[in-house]
Amino acid sequence: MRKANVLPGLRLGLGYTLTYLSILVLIPIAALILKSASVSPEQFWQIATGTRAMASYRVTFGASLIAASINAVFGLIVAWVLVRYTFPGKRLIDALVDLPFALPTAVAGITLATLYSGNGWIGQFLEPLGLKVAFTPLGIVVALTFITLPFVVRTLQPVIEDIEPEAEDAAASLGASRWQTWMRVIFPTIFPALLTGFTLGLSRAIGEFGSVIFIAGNMPLISEITPLLIISKLEQYDLPGATVLAVVMLIVSFVLLLTINILQWWTAQRQSGDGGASEPMPAPVVQAA
Amino acid sequence: MGIAVHGITKRFGDFVALDNVSLEIPTGELVALLGPSGCGKTTLLRIIAGMESADAGQVLFSGEEATHLHARERQVGFVFQHYALFRHMSVFENVAFGLRVKPRGQRLPEPEIRERVMSLLKLVQLDWLAQRYPSQLSGGQRQRIALARALAVEPKVLLLDEPFGALDTQVRKELRRWLRRLHDEMHIASIFVTHDQEEALEVADRVVVLNRGQIEQVGSPDEVYAHPASPFVFRFLGNVNVFHSRMHGAWADVAQEVPRTEGHGDSIAFVRPHDIELERKQATGSIKAQVRHVQPIGPTVRVELEHDGEIVEVDLTRDRHETLRLQSGETVWMRPRQVKVFSAKA
Amino acid sequence: MIEGRARSEPRAVRIALTSIALAFLFFFLILPLAAVFVEALRAGIAAYAGALTEPETLHAIGLTLLIAAIALPFNILFGVAAAWAIAKFEFRGKSLLITLIDLPFAVSPVVAGLLFILLFGAQGYFGHWLQAHDVKIVFAIPGMVLATLFVTVPFVARELIPLMQEQGRDEEEAAISLGASGWQMFMRVTVPNIKWSLLYGVILANARAMGEFGAVSVVSGHIRGETNTLPLHVEIFYNEYNMVGAFAAASVLALLALVTLAAKSVVEWRMRVETEMLSAGLSPEKGS
Repeated sequence: MRKANVLPGLRLGLGYTLTYLSILVLIPIAALILKSASVSPEQFWQIATGTRAMASYRVTFGASLIAASINAVFGLIVAWVLVRYTFPGKRLIDALVDLPFALPTAVAGITLATLYSGNGWIGQFLEPLGLKVAFTPLGIVVALTFITLPFVVRTLQPVIEDIEPEAEDAAASLGASRWQTWMRVIFPTIFPALLTGFTLGLSRAIGEFGSVIFIAGNMPLISEITPLLIISKLEQYDLPGATVLAVVMLIVSFVLLLTINILQWWTAQRQSGDGGASEPMPAPVVQAA
Repeated sequence: MGIAVHGITKRFGDFVALDNVSLEIPTGELVALLGPSGCGKTTLLRIIAGMESADAGQVLFSGEEATHLHARERQVGFVFQHYALFRHMSVFENVAFGLRVKPRGQRLPEPEIRERVMSLLKLVQLDWLAQRYPSQLSGGQRQRIALARALAVEPKVLLLDEPFGALDTQVRKELRRWLRRLHDEMHIASIFVTHDQEEALEVADRVVVLNRGQIEQVGSPDEVYAHPASPFVFRFLGNVNVFHSRMHGAWADVAQEVPRTEGHGDSIAFVRPHDIELERKQATGSIKAQVRHVQPIGPTVRVELEHDGEIVEVDLTRDRHETLRLQSGETVWMRPRQVKVFSAKA
Repeated sequence: MIEGRARSEPRAVRIALTSIALAFLFFFLILPLAAVFVEALRAGIAAYAGALTEPETLHAIGLTLLIAAIALPFNILFGVAAAWAIAKFEFRGKSLLITLIDLPFAVSPVVAGLLFILLFGAQGYFGHWLQAHDVKIVFAIPGMVLATLFVTVPFVARELIPLMQEQGRDEEEAAISLGASGWQMFMRVTVPNIKWSLLYGVILANARAMGEFGAVSVVSGHIRGETNTLPLHVEIFYNEYNMVGAFAAASVLALLALVTLAAKSVVEWRMRVETEMLSAGLSPEKGS
């Protein structure tokens, strides 16, 4: 580490950064935690584990896990195809992958609800098969799959691009079949990034609100997600109730953020091949409304 | 087992990487593919390994057709310039890779894999690093591991693509000698690609000089150095002074090598800097020149002369320099010991 | 580059994978995008134009633009300041600071909105004081701006930090050693080096600021014609079964998304061209 630094602006930059973050992030979060401390631990536990709350966790985490898994599988295929193969319109498709980041979630919500309703473009084919999507928990999965689609693709693409082509040549010349090369050389290389993309998607899906409420049906105990439960408590002027659930969600966010940081550090290490990757600088995570 | 390629041609778009190249390499021989960047040497190596397919021509292993064989079926050991070790595997697992991916029926039992890997690691003198990861090794160590990994599957042919290109001079020299010894023990056909003429001349049994996708010359290191077949080979293998037609008559007289009939305006004479004698007195066939600069370089002394507006470089031994004690500005007489004349069209 | 023959899957596998990928993207991206416009135009151009020119819709568009216009300068200033401190200096707690910048991405928008209710709402910590002085933050534009600022905190900083870390401080140090003032160094050396990434971050932040729903919804109070941004307006129309109105407003936002994607692609292309230009002269010669 260097001692002297001739560049100006550390105090100004850092000072502004800390003030800005304090006002917008730190003080509000401190207020939330302070507020939640106004209820007794027993009360906190009671609210956090209430029947409706537990059901909302199940819906939120269940649907998020399923959506993130769907994207882990298809995102891997999409990323591979976009990096390795050529086909007409590839660049357009590549640019379009970011649509869920750019499209406001309310728009996604009403559109998916319309597409999957009984007389929608897709729903009309699914309904006769007994598959109701709109206004059921299945609809939540569809919305979350859309919202989190870019995460796995965008975290994997640069990593697939960086795979040393010689490593694949080496595996082939050592007698490995394409499948063996894939499973033993390529997959272990991209696995940390895949897991990172999965966790990023999961984290996003758990907090998602806008797209879900239009398609979910929002039936308490069946298709009510935790963010919606917070809002309905707020609308009933049950501020302590809303606060407690918000703290639960915040803790989950913290844990996921920590996991993501660890995963990205792991990815960077595997990619660089150096013993100690310098700074864990995660890839940009983009979220839209 | 030997390797042969016949009439290999490879294009990348408009660029002709290889143009009708044919070559035969018998078992036991260590061959250097020598040439500048972009001459097609790596492409030829990759075609032999099955990592690239040729547009035309044949690849034969022991006389058997192998042109359409997939890389994994060729039993070729390939060593990459940047090692291409698997980063997520330990050194041990890297070397074991080729043994572990064999079809179930041919796969060795685990204890034997272990034994084979360890003996290979001993061969490259790195058995003490078995549990390390590639990122924890030095460049020279990585390349030795890469070589051990290639040898694990008992290849019939060993192909090395600029194997020492990414290493320090000192390590490079050591590994060269070591590769030579290793090759002699293995008794296989080996080809290595290099752009370093010194490396090719030092290590190889035979040198193949490539230029613009074509073979310029094939021969022993001594042959290609002492009797270059083309101006390109002459220039590529060491420093050279080029004399254009005007002076050619005089040089030819001295060298007594070039037939008079060729001695007209369309020839170029090549003389290596150490093949020119400098005298203070005129002799038959010697040429007048002016000393511009004297620069000792290691064991030799480089003298820069000017003749008729052209710069001529001469390397003198230290002894010769001691006796002559040339000064800048002084006039001397140059006499070539050995000249090679090519038609200017070549 | 050239596809080596040892590096590709069999043709049938390639075709199968490509088909799966395209089918997935068709159902999840292209179909919804098309549906927005088809639904918006279902009742004809006249109805579409009518829905868009309704005073409430126009007001919602205006409010959306206003909030984005206030939020973006704050984002730029914060992003550059944070990236400068983090990328060019060493100090303790840096990783923690980076994590803190990331935090708004991980927090649910609903929780984000709630944070500001707890501070500035009637029952909030500053509620009494604000009421006594007749200042409205929650259920008014200031609250919506705060919520928007919260959710857009990471965008610009996230783009700039890795880039500026990679660039190091050699060029800035050279400028200082040549006698440049801090401001000259910043404007002449730093800004030209980061301008494309800065623009990239701004494009993303803008899309989020204009499209934010959850956080803004919580603090807006849903006062028609007053605190409705375009995304909130979509919800109101939709809940009133005014499908043409809802999708007309949605189509404006979808258009915004398409413009964002196009701008993003252009900037990505520019960045690539520039990196290639700059590295072309420096790259070491490769073997044949």
